Amino acid sequence: MDLSRRELLAAAGRFIVLSGAALEAFESPTGALAADSKYKMADHWWAMTIDIEKCIGSGNCVRACALENEVPEGFFRTWVERYEVNGEDREHPQVESPEGGIHGFPARNKPGVKSFFVPKLCNQCAHSPCVQVCPVGATYVSPDGVVLVDQQYCVGCGYCVQACPYGCRYLHPTKHVADKCTLCYHRITKGLTTACCEACPTGARRLADLKNPKDPVHEFLRVNAVQVLKPEMATGAKVFYKDLDGSVR
Amino acid sequence: MRKIFEGSAHLIRLAVVAVLLVLAFLAIRHALIPQDFGKYGHYRPGSLDEIAARTPVFAGREACASCHVDIATAKSKGPHADVGCEACHGPLGRHAQDFTSQKPVLPDTAKLCVTCHEADSAKPKTFPQVVSREHAGDTACGVCHNPHQPRI
Amino acid sequence: MHAIPSGVQGFMYPNEVQLTWSVLIVLYPFITGLVAGAFILASLARVFHIVAVQPIYRLSLLTALAFLLVAPLPLQLHLGHPERSFEMYMTPHKTSAMAMFGFVYLWYLLVVLLLEIWLDYRRDIVLLARSRTGVMKWIYSALTLGSRNIDAKSLHVDDRVGWTVTLIGIPSAFLLHGYVGFIFGSIKANPWWSTPLMPVVFIFSAMVSGIAVVLLVYETVTYVRKRPIDMACLDTVAKYLLYIFLVDFSLEMLDLIHRMYEASESFRTLDFMVHTQLYVSQILLQIILGTLVPVSLLALVQVVKLRAILRRRIYALAAALTLIGIFAMRWNVVIGGQLFSKSFLGYTTYKMAFAAREGLLPAIALLILPFLFLWVLLKLLPPWAEQKAG
Repeated sequence: MDLSRRELLAAAGRFIVLSGAALEAFESPTGALAADSKYKMADHWWAMTIDIEKCIGSGNCVRACALENEVPEGFFRTWVERYEVNGEDREHPQVESPEGGIHGFPARNKPGVKSFFVPKLCNQCAHSPCVQVCPVGATYVSPDGVVLVDQQYCVGCGYCVQACPYGCRYLHPTKHVADKCTLCYHRITKGLTTACCEACPTGARRLADLKNPKDPVHEFLRVNAVQVLKPEMATGAKVFYKDLDGSVR
Repeated sequence: MRKIFEGSAHLIRLAVVAVLLVLAFLAIRHALIPQDFGKYGHYRPGSLDEIAARTPVFAGREACASCHVDIATAKSKGPHADVGCEACHGPLGRHAQDFTSQKPVLPDTAKLCVTCHEADSAKPKTFPQVVSREHAGDTACGVCHNPHQPRI
Repeated sequence: MHAIPSGVQGFMYPNEVQLTWSVLIVLYPFITGLVAGAFILASLARVFHIVAVQPIYRLSLLTALAFLLVAPLPLQLHLGHPERSFEMYMTPHKTSAMAMFGFVYLWYLLVVLLLEIWLDYRRDIVLLARSRTGVMKWIYSALTLGSRNIDAKSLHVDDRVGWTVTLIGIPSAFLLHGYVGFIFGSIKANPWWSTPLMPVVFIFSAMVSGIAVVLLVYETVTYVRKRPIDMACLDTVAKYLLYIFLVDFSLEMLDLIHRMYEASESFRTLDFMVHTQLYVSQILLQIILGTLVPVSLLALVQVVKLRAILRRRIYALAAALTLIGIFAMRWNVVIGGQLFSKSFLGYTTYKMAFAAREGLLPAIALLILPFLFLWVLLKLLPPWAEQKAG
């Protein structure tokens, strides 16, 4: 790429100004919630929307999450499932998730069968059953609606893993504490979106802030037929799906 | 009064020791629990800061666009407008902070593009997809398609 | 690494493939169940004045103590950070059934079991402190806890207080083991576990296993000591084993029949699993070998008049099978509950390690350890009438 001298100087100028902004996003020595930071927990109530009609099963989200969060191999903070639903048999869909979809899916051509991809992650439940069962207070719902694990406090009993209806938790194989999707808390508190949403090539996944009146989530919830996973569990799940087939477990 | 305690001296002693142990336990507990535990809920608020303090690995497309203006502009006019830069180029957080610290690796279009565009009946019908073998044989996608402006 | 996860049939959520709770978590309810059951047997003598059971009163208490001392060990081996387990005392989460473990355990150990044993043995301890020499003298002196008064009044006080402690001990024993049932029964995410019957089934199967283990210990110890066994006592214990077993079996069958009848989505998964992954442990070990056979044997003794020697053999066999059956029940609950996917679309397998921290070897060691403790306790605080000092 050939840049003229003028272009080069302009680019350098932009770089200097904007790298300052970039640095601010990345360097938070006392954390995003330090008293002087601009992020106020009370202003946010985080959620996510997933449009099944847009998901192409690329697995970008799974790869991005693994890189962003150092997710251990064989465990998944997010994953994608591929469903094949055959006719009127709604109770026995064929489902696969090869290594969580981290390398995408082997291409299939089955035109007569209803098939689709379902990305899944922690549903950031408002009435979280996993938080309810933690014996020591190591997992909790943050004031801004994210279910987090205090890995310095967790004793690794695994009760929360058993209590999650969605299978989104696991015991970290080397840290020996509970681990799960944090909704990229370290990113969203800095004004970035989650790694999975950033990497999603079709915009199927979108981070949502229910407390922001301008957030597209309000329109999404109003206009579309919206589902959550396992509504009968009454977990207050905040990952809202559009066009999720009823056969999805 | 004395009659009740006659013969119970050993038990009263035990009870006193028990009470002392409980008080000792309460004192130790008070000393060991983190001071602000319970401020927002039954957890240690310091955990929020610890989790939020992680350095992001992905820069986010706005960071890329701040320097690579022409690419961002060109991409915004085509079908890849909403595809993030790092969706194909991988995490470039360090590069965004200091472009000399991380040299981005150009993805191999022979392998990258099919992850999204290989025809699959589970993908939405409106999504552009081809059977790569029929469409291009062994040719890499990048030979004909510019990834930032892929429409030919 | 693109291998399909081995041992998975159908579909599991990716994080479900490896089990979170191992054989150690099977051990824990088994052991606390033995504690609760042995204690209930002791309370039959002390509170309900079943005179025939009196000879094994002290033996039951010591058995309960031996197992209680081992009970926290499988949990500590399982925890990712056992060094942080004190946090359950510091910041117990009031909504978590598991948080009460530390307090219930300490309460039961100190205020119920140790206190009751001490009160019952206090006279013997003081006499032994007087009569023994050397190291044993120091040990018994320490055990007197500074009180040498064994006049009639103080012994009467001991008896009354001990009775009260046993009385409180009954609901405490139910709590000690019942809360474990609630830990499983309250998990709405898991249909194998989620039932209000779970704490009740746990308690009754605990009583069955506790009675069975005391029966076996009694038979074994009298055999080793070459003493005559009290058949009236043994027959009574076996009778209670039968009665409580019938209640336990009815409860478990009620749960099963209810599931089969309602045939909700989860049932089809569970039913299939019981016929495949859990066939050996559920059908063969728990139901047939571990329940139907011992119940039949015990019922046989009630109906047909048999010689004492034959009755003893049958009781021992029934008790041993019962213990296997109750262990299998714990296995089927804990492991079985993790073998199927919460999507109801698949199964995984439990790959039990052998010489690892949560493997079979430590599990076997933890099963043997209580008997070693019991041996020490029997030497230290002999329950036998003829060895009472003074």
